[in-house]
Amino acid sequence: MAVRQNQANLTAAQKRAFTDVVLELKRSGRYDDFVTTHNAFIMSDVDNGERVGHRSPSFLPWHRRFLLEFEQALQSVDSSVMLPYWDWTRDRTASASLWGADFLGGDGRASDAQVTTGPFAFNSGRWAVNVRVDSRNYLRRQLGGGGRPLPTRAEVDSVLAMPVYDMAPWNSQSNGFRNHLEGWRGVNLHNRVHVWVGGQMGTGVSPNDPVFWLHHCFIDKLWADWQRLHPTSPYLPAAGTPDVVDLRDTMKPWNDITPADLLDHTSRYTYA
Amino acid sequence: MSELTRRSVLRGAVTGVAAAAFTGVALGLPVALAARGTGNDTGNDIDNTAGSVPHTGPEAFDETYRGRRIHGAPQAAGGHHHGGPGYAVFVDGKELHVMQNADSSWISVVNHYETFATPRAAARAAVLELQGAALVPVAV
Ligand SMILES: [Cu+2]
Ligand SMILES: [Cu+2]
Repeated sequence: MAVRQNQANLTAAQKRAFTDVVLELKRSGRYDDFVTTHNAFIMSDVDNGERVGHRSPSFLPWHRRFLLEFEQALQSVDSSVMLPYWDWTRDRTASASLWGADFLGGDGRASDAQVTTGPFAFNSGRWAVNVRVDSRNYLRRQLGGGGRPLPTRAEVDSVLAMPVYDMAPWNSQSNGFRNHLEGWRGVNLHNRVHVWVGGQMGTGVSPNDPVFWLHHCFIDKLWADWQRLHPTSPYLPAAGTPDVVDLRDTMKPWNDITPADLLDHTSRYTYA
Repeated sequence: MSELTRRSVLRGAVTGVAAAAFTGVALGLPVALAARGTGNDTGNDIDNTAGSVPHTGPEAFDETYRGRRIHGAPQAAGGHHHGGPGYAVFVDGKELHVMQNADSSWISVVNHYETFATPRAAARAAVLELQGAALVPVAV
């Protein structure tokens, strides 16, 4: 069975396999297509109009499908590779092994926030930022530079305790689990982690930093955890909602998959 | 190492400079349009709390902030700008994609997971984030 593991438990060989495959997708050009897709959605998803990938109920199934597509791309290069997740409630400092030179590389340097260690450092020659919003083509980070610490386990638990999946107006103002997990309201989980990493992770082209996948893998796991805590709480809304992906509406850009198809992850992978 | 983060150091360094640099409405817009501003744009710092900006929309602004010209103004309806009343923001003449949230706060493409009370606050945050780099058109 395909198991997604905590990144902190990966062996040196597993870390190496993961980064090698990510670098191969980058070399072939496939990686940047994921960045482009993500940015297109983040720029077009709006609170008062059509919204699919973000600030809407389909934030969770959309990213679940997006991660599956990326994981399948990884496996087309090395069938043994699974996405790992980053539990930022536990590995919450810049000295965590996640940021080691043998894995994702470390913080950006003070002068220009450029990452200079690890396989994704610009000077490694294998990681140019091509899909970008400004002139800088090197990976940047400012770990903790936003001034607010990563969310705590207690904050996560307070959001997991919310019994209702999502609520009208189904956007960044909503009450309920989805918007508190996304972070537009309340203690702020997902959004805050993007800000904590800084650099490209704080922008619309956030998948330029490979930690994007590990962050969203943990968000996906938290959705699964929430489902186990609230087995009778359905995805909402059920039907007939303008501009919003209802339970059985297909999602762009794939147009062949609905939130209903993605509620149960266990046929595809489990979490360790 | 200091408890201060890099960004809070930056913020501290610019407080006080910003108020002097703020030139107010300087785009030659009709007075009636410019007067739609709320007056709670104090110009003192980047305020990233979602303030009580009324839905009449934020005022135009034009200033030099840490060596970059930032300006923003309401746009005629029907453009590609979405997420609120038409409004465009520029850094050194290059458009900064901004979006308004349902609670009236703002985000930009370079600070997409962090909300700001006004487009000017989002523009100032973008200047800090850019560290001198130029915006480029985003391929969609
Ligand atoms: Cu996203
Ligand atoms: Cu995200």
